Amino acid sequence: MATSSVSKGCFVFKPNFKKRKISVPIEDYFNKGKNESEDSKLRFETYQLIWQQMKSETERLQEELNKNLFDSLIEFLQKSHSVFQKNSRDWGCQIKLREIPTAALVLGVNVTDHDLTFRSLTEVLQNNVTPYVVSLQAKDCPDTKHFLQKLASQLMDCNVDVQSKEKESVQVTQKKIYYSMDSLSTWYMNVTQKTDPKIPRKKRTPSSQWQSPPVVLILKDMESFTTKVLQDFIIISSQHLHEFPLILIFGIATSPIVVHRLLPHAVSSLLCIELFQSLSCKEHLTTVLDKLLLTTQFPFKLSEKVLQVLTNIFLYHDFSIQNFIKGLQLSLLEHFYSQPLSVLCCNLPEAKRRINFLSDNQCENIRRLPSFRRYVEKQASEKQVALLTNERFLKEETQSLLENLHVYHTNYFLVLRCLHQFTSSLPKYPLGRQIRELYCTCLEKNILDSEEYASALQLLRMLAKDELMAMLQKCFKVFKSSSEKQLGNTAKRIEEFLAQFQSLDAAALGPMSAEPVQDERASLLDWRGMSVRKCHPMVPGAPSRSRAGIIALWCICRTTEAKEEEEDTSESQSKGLQKTDLYHLQKSLLEMKELRRTSKRQTKFEVLREQLVSFIDSLVREYLLLPETQPLHEVLYFSAAHTLRQHLNAAPRIALHTALNNPYYYLKNEALRSEEGCIPNVAPDICIAYKLHLECSRLINLVDWSEAFATVVTAAEKMDANSVTSEERTEIIQYPLKSILQCPSKHTE
Amino acid sequence: MVPARMPHLENMVLCRESQVSTLQSLFGERHHFSFPSIFIYGHTASGKTYVTQTLLKSLEVLDKAEYLRDMEANLLPGFLRLQELTDRNVTVIFLSEIVWEKFRPNTGCFEPFVLYFPDYSIGNLQKILSHDHPPEYSADFYAAYINILLGVFYTVCRDLKELRHLAVLNFPKYCEPVVKGEVASERDTRKLWRNIEPHLKKAMQTVYLREISSSQWEKLQKDDTDPGQLKGLSAYTQVELPYYSKFILIAAYLASYNPARTDRRFFLKHHGKIKKTNFLKKHEKTSNHLLGPKPFPLDRLLAILYSIVDSRVAPTANIFSQVTLMISYYVSSLPLWNSSGNVISRVPGI
Repeated sequence: MATSSVSKGCFVFKPNFKKRKISVPIEDYFNKGKNESEDSKLRFETYQLIWQQMKSETERLQEELNKNLFDSLIEFLQKSHSVFQKNSRDWGCQIKLREIPTAALVLGVNVTDHDLTFRSLTEVLQNNVTPYVVSLQAKDCPDTKHFLQKLASQLMDCNVDVQSKEKESVQVTQKKIYYSMDSLSTWYMNVTQKTDPKIPRKKRTPSSQWQSPPVVLILKDMESFTTKVLQDFIIISSQHLHEFPLILIFGIATSPIVVHRLLPHAVSSLLCIELFQSLSCKEHLTTVLDKLLLTTQFPFKLSEKVLQVLTNIFLYHDFSIQNFIKGLQLSLLEHFYSQPLSVLCCNLPEAKRRINFLSDNQCENIRRLPSFRRYVEKQASEKQVALLTNERFLKEETQSLLENLHVYHTNYFLVLRCLHQFTSSLPKYPLGRQIRELYCTCLEKNILDSEEYASALQLLRMLAKDELMAMLQKCFKVFKSSSEKQLGNTAKRIEEFLAQFQSLDAAALGPMSAEPVQDERASLLDWRGMSVRKCHPMVPGAPSRSRAGIIALWCICRTTEAKEEEEDTSESQSKGLQKTDLYHLQKSLLEMKELRRTSKRQTKFEVLREQLVSFIDSLVREYLLLPETQPLHEVLYFSAAHTLRQHLNAAPRIALHTALNNPYYYLKNEALRSEEGCIPNVAPDICIAYKLHLECSRLINLVDWSEAFATVVTAAEKMDANSVTSEERTEIIQYPLKSILQCPSKHTE
Repeated sequence: MVPARMPHLENMVLCRESQVSTLQSLFGERHHFSFPSIFIYGHTASGKTYVTQTLLKSLEVLDKAEYLRDMEANLLPGFLRLQELTDRNVTVIFLSEIVWEKFRPNTGCFEPFVLYFPDYSIGNLQKILSHDHPPEYSADFYAAYINILLGVFYTVCRDLKELRHLAVLNFPKYCEPVVKGEVASERDTRKLWRNIEPHLKKAMQTVYLREISSSQWEKLQKDDTDPGQLKGLSAYTQVELPYYSKFILIAAYLASYNPARTDRRFFLKHHGKIKKTNFLKKHEKTSNHLLGPKPFPLDRLLAILYSIVDSRVAPTANIFSQVTLMISYYVSSLPLWNSSGNVISRVPGI
């Protein structure tokens, strides 16, 4: 757009309202320019439905997790304010310093989540404590004047909500006045005196249970406030406390020591600070994953790589639940957008119904799915033909396959949780402490092949009875709590195991078998008390940090103690211990294992334990199969981790480099497509200059660079060097210098 | 304005007799013009505000006069000559914690009458604190308590307000043996002392430093639990940080204390040989921690970050935003950052 102005500068152009955008219905974006047969509209609707469900679930979770924190905060506010209100003639209360009640709210470094927390906190406070809740941010308050101004204007807004709107005209004029604490307290007096008789008794919310509700001021990011503003405000407001009942809430991202760092003793002695800590964000993540992904409630699933991308962004970068959920939403959207068959990604009855209406095109899509092709190849030849030619047969088969997939998930998550109960408390956590780690391992590869699984089982074989029983109990609860009856048999088996372990107790009272069981227990106690470090001196040179080494050591410790009666073996072990390397340790471990297996002296408990471990192993073998092995898994699993990474973990420098180095990547102009190392002469000048500059090493010869540039450019126009006038040529030659100046990173002319 | 003689003044203002009489003679009788400006200074809680407020009903008093120094230059001289300018019987009293010499503008001004309020002596404090004893107990009993309290706190705190606050806070504990009947009479000071002394010492470490709030302290006292169970604010030092944020902090620390020349040697695998003798220049041999952190460019921070993290780090927008976030949040909060934080906030280009 042009201006009539001669001077250089920025001009504001107001958008031309006559040119209205023709709005495209959102679902049309799903079309990708293809025909309707791929149910794009239905896919979009399904996406919206599932996302709505997920969103409300996350909100519910958030509320639940915040509940404890908010409850204790409210209790604190009410308590401190009632002390305020007592107005007692008590001897102590008259002399004591009037401190401003202050809640230090430690929220953690996930700043992006704070806004949501504060928003719901404000809502909760307004409903339960006081209508006067104000929240301020550091960037709005560079000095005390602005601080008070913001505070005042927000307070008046609070008031509007409570009162009728008749005062609105007054509001506008009031906003321009400079506020002092004095004017604020007179305002407060007016408001509290006026509102009280007005509000009819019925309408009274709990907030007006006091004659003068407190004013709650939330400082969202305490660390970013300047010290002076905070100090001044606290000193001033503490002098007005008797007429302006203020309560402060500090939002702290790092640690509560900040309070002492920002405020000198003279100021902090005016505050009555109590500490409140929010839930750790890692725990929050675990809950979110548990409720959104490790469940059959939502059909949508993430592949291992995608889950890895999302959790890595969380753990490595920001700790932000909001961002994680955004990422989840993006994957959901991307899945429904890019996978035509995602139309079947809904609850089972609905999916079955939809299968009947699938178009020919979609049927072809099913046949093209790699997992389906693998499935077909395994079938008998007549069935193969039928699947590939007969639409109706295909649809029936798809229905049953989809049903299988749902059953597979139900079992999968149950067994996963069960396995997690058994492995989450093992020493060194071979399969991770969190269920999400276990889930990732299971998605990544066949867990049966993994070393960690083997060592976990090995550790399980050494647990004592009470530990095993505690795990079994938890496991039993998992099965009981699930409404699905798929693995009812397993629950029964676990109950049986429990009963058998209990009956061992009774048997142990008999003189015969008492000794070994007792031994086992004693050794357990010993082991609990003795850290690995403590065992370490026995084996000075062993690489104690390695997991295998520690396990080996642990085994030896346990067996030496448990089997003290086996004199000869323990002797051989002590020999082994004198040798220093891990190799010998493992070797002796193997020998011991061999010995154990051959010895007939296994106690009843040991037999039972062995049975239990093999039972768990069989469960895992049967149910924790890789999702990729399931036919039609592509319908439910989103696996385009690369796309996700591109969107969520943008790399600005790399993007710039790509744009300059390979303009085709962004411009999609066929003329720009070039071979490696070749500079297309039709590329934008800046790209040519950049590529030529890349060819130089650290030092660049400006003349050579300019000449090279001119050569490339003139070649582009298929002109003879002669036909270009010398003037034009100089201009061209000068271009690289200009383009340096254009570069955003350099300073301007 | 000022009543000629206040009958109960002696009872209301303790230990400030000479200051009160000076002020009274300065103000003179009702129809007298008084001195145009008076400058009163003295430590926190030495009775400046209290004395002036009891003496005067309406008068221009500027409390916390220190702030005048940061305001516009003509404000202070204007106030000093307010009487002359307004042609009214006005006296401006300045209350400040710092001496007049720090106020005096370069250009010169009207000199106010300077009055110093000295700190209360221990005897004064004892007298003032004992003055307001609770009605249920005798004055002597309370005076004995104040004596013990001052014995513990006088070395660290002379702030009258704070002491009075502490006195009220801990008094129930002092009375406890009497209420329970463990002590025969209020005179059994030895037993009372044994009961209260450790308690006060604990209070000095917790509630006096505002590690624990007063209300929490009162609650503890009521429930008779050990204050050791309640962790103070400083106990929560650990901060959970994302993986890369930790490394960014470390990289910033290294960048601010190591000379840039040494980066090649420390962070590159094949850095070639550097002669050991000339490696460090003479001035670099003094501990860098004594010299304080130095500024460094953002690119250097990132280069160090990439080399100290085990796996490959992509220079993504997330990393950059983390750096920004760390700057905004840790400038004055983390111990590690405290020493280098003011430096990284000067990094150009963020």
